[in-house]
Amino acid sequence: MAKGRVTFRTERCKACELCVRFCPQQILSLNKTMINPLGYHPIAVVREEACNGCGICALMCPDLVITVERE
Amino acid sequence: MKVVAQRPESLTDAPFHYCPGCTHGIIHRLVAECLDELNLREQAIGICPVGCAVLAYDYFNCDMLEAAHGRAPAIATGIKRLLPDRLVFTYQGDGDLASIGMGEIVHASGRGENITVIFVNNAIYGMTGGQMAPTTLLGQVTTTSPYGRTAEQAGYPLKMAELLAQNQGAAYICRTAVNNPANVMRTKKAIKKAFQTQMQAKGFSMVEILSTCPTNWGLSPLEALEWLEKNMIPYYPLGEFKVS
Ligand SMILES: Cc1ncc(C[n+]2csc(CCOP(=O)(O)OP(=O)(O)O)c2C)c(N)n1
Ligand code: SF4
Ligand code: SF4
Ligand code: SF4
Repeated sequence: MAKGRVTFRTERCKACELCVRFCPQQILSLNKTMINPLGYHPIAVVREEACNGCGICALMCPDLVITVERE
Repeated sequence: MKVVAQRPESLTDAPFHYCPGCTHGIIHRLVAECLDELNLREQAIGICPVGCAVLAYDYFNCDMLEAAHGRAPAIATGIKRLLPDRLVFTYQGDGDLASIGMGEIVHASGRGENITVIFVNNAIYGMTGGQMAPTTLLGQVTTTSPYGRTAEQAGYPLKMAELLAQNQGAAYICRTAVNNPANVMRTKKAIKKAFQTQMQAKGFSMVEILSTCPTNWGLSPLEALEWLEKNMIPYYPLGEFKVS
């Protein structure tokens, strides 16, 4: 069971990758198969089970796309 | 599971208009989180600048006013003197604060006005398309310094935190950055301390925050964070310059 869970308002993501750069688990990545209404490839989590709920992605996201939950 | 990071109540639900990776967004969130955590949202009055943050009144979920370019400290002075129980803060860029607004900021700090200034230093005029600011670094290329800023032509970049810390009326002056998680946390602490300084009626407080402008620096958002760390922090040292 994952210790944390991240959810995204993908329609607000601007694909800046600040969250990707600083996630200590390296589990975030842009979804190149999708384009959001702003015209960007939005953020996605690639290994959900590895999220530790540290909140660093949300700390660095300039557009408040990310909600983090923790056990 | 319990929620550990979500949108603070002191922000409206309006999406930010800022460019991808622009750290104005991080700074907005930190200010809002501090208002939430200090339970100050209902007594806060914010003053917006002219610059990219001109629409911040749509984003902060508290009373907000718009000032003419550079004049936010003057408006804040009037409001705070009439309503001393309110938390009054300005949010200003480096063009707004250190160029056209230089007179207002110097005298507000000199008078020891009991207000808080959130000063976003991105070393450029963002909104108008990347012209040189008083804070632009030597050698930095902008649309009005296409071969890089030179001291011979444009003098030296102004260090506002150090400058204002000289004033006796200044109670809390700090410089932080938002280029990585540790510095973002430190920035939040500094903003909180500045708000507390005001609530304890100690006098003028300012947090200068080194911020990115990926669009006008001509860099990707991640490259911009690196550029800030390698170029801005050595010239604009982080830390507290005045604490009382
Ligand atoms: C009286 C006046 N002079 C000039 C301008 C043009 N102007 C708009 S924003 C700006 C500078 C903005 O730069 P900064 O304060 O650094 O904020 P940023 O956009 O980088 O966040 C200028 C010169 C104006 N709007 N009003
Ligand atoms: S909460 Fe931490 S581990 Fe989970 S995605 Fe965000 S940064 Fe990565
Ligand atoms: S930091 Fe926010 S806006 Fe940037 S890629 Fe991640 S979720 Fe998207
Ligand atoms: S122009 Fe620069 S400061 Fe303005 S929103 Fe874009 S990146 Fe941010």
